[in-house]
Amino acid sequence: MARMKFLCDAERCIECNGCVTACKQEHEVPWGVNRRRVVTLNDGVPGEKSISVACMHCSDAPCMAVCPVDCFYKTSEGVVLHDKDLCIGCGYCFYACPFGAPQFPQDGAFGLRGKMDKCTFCAGGPEPDFSAAEFRKYGRNRLAEGKLPACAEMCSTKALLGGDGDVIANIYRNRVLKRGKGSEVWGWGTAYGKPAQQPAAQPGAKS
Amino acid sequence: MRTLLVMAAAVALAGVAAGCGEKSSVTVYKQGQYQGKPDKQPWDNDQFKGDKAAWEKAVKSRNLGQNEYVRVSGG
Repeated sequence: MARMKFLCDAERCIECNGCVTACKQEHEVPWGVNRRRVVTLNDGVPGEKSISVACMHCSDAPCMAVCPVDCFYKTSEGVVLHDKDLCIGCGYCFYACPFGAPQFPQDGAFGLRGKMDKCTFCAGGPEPDFSAAEFRKYGRNRLAEGKLPACAEMCSTKALLGGDGDVIANIYRNRVLKRGKGSEVWGWGTAYGKPAQQPAAQPGAKS
Repeated sequence: MRTLLVMAAAVALAGVAAGCGEKSSVTVYKQGQYQGKPDKQPWDNDQFKGDKAAWEKAVKSRNLGQNEYVRVSGG
C-alpha cells in the first residue's frame, strides 16, 4: 500500500464546510481547534475557488524536524502522528508547518496554551486502539476500523479525496479527463505531461 | 633571537589566519528519534486480528468507493 494522502479538487469544493463539521463531530474536537478548515480564494468574486486544508501528512514533515522533544512519528502508511504525553506545547511545529495544521487548545482565564492537536488521518495515536485514552487525546481511530477519514468519506461533492495516494490520484486523473478541465490548478503538466494531452472542454460541460 | 622572532611571527600569522576563517552559517537540521510510546499497526486489533490483507482490502474498497463515476454509472 502506498502512502495515505489527501487531495482536494478545487473545481468541486463548494465551501460547505461539511468536512470541518464531520471532523469536529467525529473526534469531539474542542472549541477553538480546527483540525481541518476550508480556505477560499477570491471569496465572493465570481470564479472563487475553495479547498479544504488539514495536515497533509508530508513525506518529509517539517514539524517532525523542528520538534524539540521528538514527539512525532510516521506510521507505515505515511501518516504523521504525535504523542501528546511528550508534547510540551511550544508551538515550533505550528511555525514550521506550511499549512497551519498544528492547533493549540486554549483554556482558562489567561488563555493557557495546551498540547498540540492536529489531523490524525483518523488514525488515532500511540494509545491502544479503540481505547478511551486514544479517543480523548486523538479522536476516533477509523483507519484501524478499515475506514478512511470522515472528512473525505462524507464530502458531498467528493471534492476531498483521502486514502492511498495512487488510488486517489487515479480517481482524480480520470475525473479531470472526463470533465475536460481543472487540471491547470494542480500542476497536471508536471504529473501527467503537457496540458495539451487532455481533451478540450465540451461546450456546457459541468464540473 | 632570530629563531624566537620567526616563531613569534609564525604564531601571529596563524592567529591572523584563524581570525579570517568562516564557519558555515547554514544550520543542518538532523532528524531526531521518536521518543514517545510505540504504536501498533492498524490491523493489529480485535477487528482484523493481524490480518493485513483483510485490512488493505477493506481500505481499498472504501478508497474506490470515492470514485462516483464508477459508483453511479457502473463504469
